Amino acid sequence: MADLSINLACIKSPNPFWLASAPPTNSGYQVQRAFEAGWGGAVWKTLGEPIINTSSRFAAVSFNGQRVAGFNNIELITDRPLEVNLKEIYETKKRFPNHAIIASLMVEPQQDKWHEIVKKVEAVGVDGLELNFGCPHGMAERGMGAASGQVPALVEKQTFWVKEVAQTPVIVKLTPNITDITVTAEAAVQGGADAISMINTINSLAGVDIHSWNTIPHVAGKGAHGGYCGPAVKPIALHMVGECARNPRVNIPISGIGGISNWENAIEFMLMGATGVQVCTAAMHHGFRIVEDMIEGLNNYLDEKGIASVSEIVGKAVPKYSDWGDLDLNYKVVARINNDVCINCNKCHIACEDTSHQCIDMLKDGKGNSILRVREEDCVGCNLCSIVCPVDGAIDLVELPNEFPPMTWNERQAAIGALGCAVDTVK
Amino acid sequence: MSLIRISYEDLSRNFEEVEAGLSNREALEEANRCLYCYDAPCIQACPTGIDVPTFIKKIASGNLKGSAKTIMSANPVGASCSRVCPTEELCEGACVLNHATKPIMIGNLQRYATDWAMKNEKILFSVGEKIGKSVAIVGGGPAGLSAARELALLGYDVTIFEAEEKAGGLNTYGIVSFRLPKAVSYWEVEQVASMDVEIRTNTRVGRDISVKEILDSYDAVLLAIGMAHVPALGIPGEELAGVFDAIEFVKETKTKPITDALLGKKVAVIGAGNTAIDAATCSVRLGAENVKILYRRTLEEMTAYDFEYDFAKQDGVEFRWLTAPNKIIGHEGKVVGIECMKMELGEPREDGRRRPVPIKGSEFTLEVDAVIKAIGQSRYLDLIEAFEIEHDGGVVTINPETFQTTNAKVFACGDVIFGKGQGEAMVVSAAQQGKKSAYSIHQLLMPTMETV
Ligand SMILES: Cc1cc2nc3c(=O)[nH]c(=O)nc-3n(C[C@H](O)[C@H](O)[C@H](O)COP(=O)(O)OP(=O)(O)OC[C@H]3O[C@@H](n4cnc5c(N)ncnc54)[C@H](O)[C@@H]3O)c2cc1C
Ligand SMILES: Cc1cc2nc3c(=O)[nH]c(=O)nc-3n(C[C@H](O)[C@H](O)[C@H](O)COP(=O)(O)O)c2cc1C
Ligand code: SF4
Ligand code: SF4
Ligand code: SF4
Repeated sequence: MADLSINLACIKSPNPFWLASAPPTNSGYQVQRAFEAGWGGAVWKTLGEPIINTSSRFAAVSFNGQRVAGFNNIELITDRPLEVNLKEIYETKKRFPNHAIIASLMVEPQQDKWHEIVKKVEAVGVDGLELNFGCPHGMAERGMGAASGQVPALVEKQTFWVKEVAQTPVIVKLTPNITDITVTAEAAVQGGADAISMINTINSLAGVDIHSWNTIPHVAGKGAHGGYCGPAVKPIALHMVGECARNPRVNIPISGIGGISNWENAIEFMLMGATGVQVCTAAMHHGFRIVEDMIEGLNNYLDEKGIASVSEIVGKAVPKYSDWGDLDLNYKVVARINNDVCINCNKCHIACEDTSHQCIDMLKDGKGNSILRVREEDCVGCNLCSIVCPVDGAIDLVELPNEFPPMTWNERQAAIGALGCAVDTVK
Repeated sequence: MSLIRISYEDLSRNFEEVEAGLSNREALEEANRCLYCYDAPCIQACPTGIDVPTFIKKIASGNLKGSAKTIMSANPVGASCSRVCPTEELCEGACVLNHATKPIMIGNLQRYATDWAMKNEKILFSVGEKIGKSVAIVGGGPAGLSAARELALLGYDVTIFEAEEKAGGLNTYGIVSFRLPKAVSYWEVEQVASMDVEIRTNTRVGRDISVKEILDSYDAVLLAIGMAHVPALGIPGEELAGVFDAIEFVKETKTKPITDALLGKKVAVIGAGNTAIDAATCSVRLGAENVKILYRRTLEEMTAYDFEYDFAKQDGVEFRWLTAPNKIIGHEGKVVGIECMKMELGEPREDGRRRPVPIKGSEFTLEVDAVIKAIGQSRYLDLIEAFEIEHDGGVVTINPETFQTTNAKVFACGDVIFGKGQGEAMVVSAAQQGKKSAYSIHQLLMPTMETV
């Protein structure tokens, strides 16, 4: 049994799986049920000024019959009175002293408002704070959430105000609705944040009802943009985590969020630099019980790899994440089809023929059976065939021996530049 | 032996369609499982060449009208076929997923899409621009309907002559309603009729209208009359009350109120083809206490499809292999038993089938109340002769490419050309032959036009 416990900026939890600040962490009843199910931590549904939520607030995107490929919401922060939440946090913490409870906070960008709420939540015994600079709808229209999270100076200033009074670690939750997330991540560092978490939801409109022409979801015939999350956003979130992790100026721990649905996803985020992960949609789709498999799967993975503690994998893939200009242009892979595994659906052929490099031939073998073969000299190793192939192991992308020594675009440009200098000198 | 799912209180309930269609959810999940293969083997395995991945994709996208249209344009009796095709031997047998997981339920998806079109009263095709030529089609079964639809699309004035009260052929009258309800066949007939095809029912060619008149009044004629009644067994006792022709027997269950005449009775069905299975399972549903299929060969030689055999066994039908009837025994003019003989299989004959030979002294008697003859179908010899076309024992001779008979303006397709090693007696092949005949007729009548 590997050690699954983590320590994220001095917030300790028995495992890296936290529930993100969202409906699953709306009340003490829920968070206690989650801890019973095995979740290591919970970021409480964001606390702040009283608000009113709309009825009809979620929507999801199905893909080819698969439900909840992506999830969209127009919910705001908690609509329960602060005092009730504080009381329940206190009770929950008392029952589960070893689990992490983080209070998510959002108030107007004013120093006194931040001071006041920080003191209130720390008084009931939270293990840390998460500043919600990410909610992309509703609160943002009132200058909070993403509206302040998109302005680096506001991120820095508000983090600073919080740090003036905070006794517990401060996590700044970043919005992905920005061109370069490392800018706001750096601002959080400048403001004194102990950690960052990302991503909050992405601006979205889940759909339009093609019969009523209403937005999905709609509130009495009108819609507004919401926030997107769930499996569809995972690649976006992973990219943002990776960018922060490999940026030397973002030198604080990361709590990874966005589309994490199972232990494999969690490992990916941790390899890409997250110290722990937070989950919302997957729990909303299937309930708290999914954590059992997450824990077991992670543990088996570590045991099989002979890794004693989950913290050892954090950031292990970061050095492999680089810029396009640093990729070896002389590296070559080609597709090879294993006809004994292939079931002859011809999807690779048509994908390559119509949309890639026309190099998979449909042939007959000596016995007249259909076979497929890649003309390797024309194959560019784009991977498309193996992406569309429905059968594992039917297509391998095999490395060819390098014809030339490795050379990246940056090296090539540098070499050409040097050549240019040489030419200049000759002149 | 009786099964619980047979109702003895309300026999007519037993004739409702056995298989429920897929639910929306089931259809969507199954449709999404299809790989949407390119140059898909399932298309090749369908005698009518339905573009299976395309119609399935359309189910997945919610384009059910388009899906039904894809099906019905390749196969004008595609709704019936979704229910009666031996899919394991055709499309589903060819599905690439046989090698990976399990084949796509192509038949059920096809039914789902066509059921939708039926329920929503969709008319899927419109008539082509008229070209002023006329074709007479004799017989409104799958072969005739399919040809009529294609010819109507091409702009011909098409008249179908149908002896029965309703068109549809064996789909309407011959295949038991718990596998193929009449309404499905009627819908397909309507689809064809809606294309300005005149369907003259209750009109038997050779009786109600002469062959000469037909030959004289139309530019081309298509003979799609199928096959006739079940031939005589040629044994004593056939005239007794309680001896039935299987085709007539099934037809009664599709045209008349269900009676309790067989309730609690013992039935022997002679033969082991499609018709025998349908007659036997019908008997079970009519409340018969015991139903035996007597076949002079073995399971190996049986012509019924595997799915039919399984279906009959599930219905509790007993199979007596290597058993041939000697005579039907009567009492006061009614069947009371059947004397049989055990057989053994001899050397294969020129058709490759092993000939059954009686075992001397093996006679035995079964007590039965009814005997149903299902030993194939005879031919409309008189009508074929009246057309003065070549045939081999009622199997009309055709050019296999064009379906043209020895009279250049007469074509033939469907069961009427089945036999003697020619063709296949399936609804789906009748439909394909109907299409092909239509294209040949078009080629004959429109020599200057591009071929289809
Ligand atoms: C009991 C039974 C079960 C079967 N089960 C299956 C099955 O599960 N799957 C499958 O694929 N196939 C099955 N078949 C075979 C299938 O039904 C036939 O192959 C198919 O119907 C042939 O179509 P057809 O149009 O050639 O002939 P038919 O369907 O026989 O149609 C011929 C039409 O011509 C009409 N006609 C005949 N003479 C005249 C005339 N003189 N004038 C005007 N009209 C005339 C008839 O009334 C009839 O409507 C089954 C057959 C039987 C008998
Ligand atoms: C219905 C809903 C409400 C949310 N409310 C909050 C919130 O109050 N505060 C917050 O910081 N994030 C909120 N989020 C964002 C989630 O905490 C999380 O960042 C996002 O859903 C991505 O994770 P996931 O892909 O696992 O769902 C909400 C998400 C959803 C779906
Ligand atoms: S959670 Fe679902 S069921 Fe419950 S109130 Fe909301 S929409 Fe209705
Ligand atoms: S996609 Fe895969 S299974 Fe399909 S033909 Fe190509 S290699 Fe074979
Ligand atoms: S072979 Fe099977 S998976 Fe492929 S298109 Fe046909 S039904 Fe779909």
